[in-house]
Amino acid sequence: MNTGPRRWKDWLLSDTPASRRQAALGLAYRRWRRFAGNPLSVFGFVILALLIIVAASGPLIAPHDPLQQVLSDRLLPPGSPSHWFGTDQLGRDILSRLIYGSRLTLSIAILVVVIVVPIGLLIGTTAGFFGGWVDNVLMRITDVALAFPKIVLALAFAAALGPGVINAVIAISITAWPAYARLARAETLRLVQADFIHVARLQGASQMRILLRYIVPLCTSSVIVRATLDMAGIILTVAGLGFLGLGAQPPSPEWGFMVASGRNVLLDSWWVATIPGFAILLVSLAFNLLGDGLRDVFDPRHGG
Amino acid sequence: MRKLSANSASVRWTLRLARWVVTLVITFAGLLAVTFVIGRKIPIDPVLAILGDRASATAYAAARLQLGLDRPLTVQFLIYVRDVLHGDFGMSLLTAHPVIEDIQRVFPATIELATLSTMIGVLIGVPLGVIAAVRHNRWIDHVARFIGLVGSSVPVFWLGLMGLLLFYAKLHWVAGPGRIDPVFDGMVDTHTGSLLVDSLIAGEWDVFFNAFSHIALPAAILGYYSVAYLSRMTRSFMLDQLSQEYITTARAKGLPEHRVIWRHAFGNIAVPLLTVIALTYSYLLEGSVLTEIVFAWPGIGSYLTGALLNADMNAVLGSTLVIGVTFIALNLLTDALYRVFDPRAR
Repeated sequence: MNTGPRRWKDWLLSDTPASRRQAALGLAYRRWRRFAGNPLSVFGFVILALLIIVAASGPLIAPHDPLQQVLSDRLLPPGSPSHWFGTDQLGRDILSRLIYGSRLTLSIAILVVVIVVPIGLLIGTTAGFFGGWVDNVLMRITDVALAFPKIVLALAFAAALGPGVINAVIAISITAWPAYARLARAETLRLVQADFIHVARLQGASQMRILLRYIVPLCTSSVIVRATLDMAGIILTVAGLGFLGLGAQPPSPEWGFMVASGRNVLLDSWWVATIPGFAILLVSLAFNLLGDGLRDVFDPRHGG
Repeated sequence: MRKLSANSASVRWTLRLARWVVTLVITFAGLLAVTFVIGRKIPIDPVLAILGDRASATAYAAARLQLGLDRPLTVQFLIYVRDVLHGDFGMSLLTAHPVIEDIQRVFPATIELATLSTMIGVLIGVPLGVIAAVRHNRWIDHVARFIGLVGSSVPVFWLGLMGLLLFYAKLHWVAGPGRIDPVFDGMVDTHTGSLLVDSLIAGEWDVFFNAFSHIALPAAILGYYSVAYLSRMTRSFMLDQLSQEYITTARAKGLPEHRVIWRHAFGNIAVPLLTVIALTYSYLLEGSVLTEIVFAWPGIGSYLTGALLNADMNAVLGSTLVIGVTFIALNLLTDALYRVFDPRAR
């Protein structure tokens, strides 16, 4: 009697899952339903999915070479034939530059998270799990690092290391890890007292095993939610460094740098600075919306 | 018995104060160490930066000796600490003035901007947050959430440019970049470092209005971030309070609603709110770096960036230190405020 989709749904939402796989899939399904119930989060998710597709297929969909200068086509307004978003002072197609720039922005932001999250997780869980002087030393270091002004320090690091994408990543990473260490420690302190940890200990699991197999995986979800929300801030910092000329170097189409170069022609050709800035706003807005949605799903305590 | 408890209380306070001082010292030492490392890591040779490329080998060696670069790193660090504690940040290559004098000249402009922005944030953000919480899920709540969301997503330098484009170039509502028109520059004596306050003291209304039309836009842009952050925090604090039982009790007793909201609920969030406002101030101090560039505001952000782009390392480190120390001091002050005013944290 039951139709296909209906049976699947019952199977997923079953109160008495027959297997580990069914329980896991059921949980994922319930989380997805809760996430999909929030239109704003879905909007953020869709924007980011589109962005990833655009970045991945850059050369295929970009109408022009992002670096090619056509001096006869300088400062064409948006809506010009074959230049939908217009051109800049050097006659480069802004849409194509945006598309290639999305690759830079995304890869820098992802690189920072990939560097920062494991470091923060490791330091935070170690401090929370072992406690005592280990905790004291690690957390004092974290507190000191947290007390620094982030942007200013990233600026100083970027200046000392010299401008460039990799150095911008390093500079941002150095200032971004403490927040994750704090978060991971708080989660660990909550978990250490749990019954299943005591059980594991009684079963003879080693300290290392408990830390790496039980504690770290359980901290991951809240750290990832935090990282999604942080992505917005990271993208803004990357763009800020680019705006100051300390990020990706010309002629690469970094969005912040594009805004900076549009500044000189702002009054006559508003689009050169406006369009890339709007792209930055859209992407970091999307990360914020996605992050809010994920937080509601994984951490219902923060609802509201 | 009473004497004993008073004694132990004072011992506890002394211990707390000692721990606070230790934290301050450790954090400050950390900041010094970081700036020292940055200063030694730069790809620029400090000796060549002073002497130029064509210095002879003997002159080079002499200058190196004079700068103390032949000593062990630990000794160099201690010398660095001593100099900083004496307010000696070295000379700026760019301005040929001692860095400390440059900073004394530019820092008041930043303070003025950050202070005005924080005032905007408090005056608009806090009431907005309270109203949003009271009218939970109504239109004003959605407006507040939208403002908060955009505030954490929009690049400040871009918003500044858009503001200039609209309010300066198109509508002519405000004056353009800079702190004051050149005509009025230097017309009032410096007392506080704030042009607004100084021109009021001098009774120079023309100067005041000109300075105001210059600061209005950057302060509004920075103030927007402060409004976004403060309204979000106020809203979530208030929502937390309004869902508690003592509020239901107060309402059941028949207290008027404004009294329930402002005396009962708001009274309870005043302390955490105060600490959040202090935090906002330190964020604005930092956020002013990019804003100052956009508006050519002659503050420490412009000074720092100018130094960065010209490899003027003494100026970079000096400004980083000053901003860092202010930031740390505000953070610790926030923490102290919280402990003094909130009985639960004692």
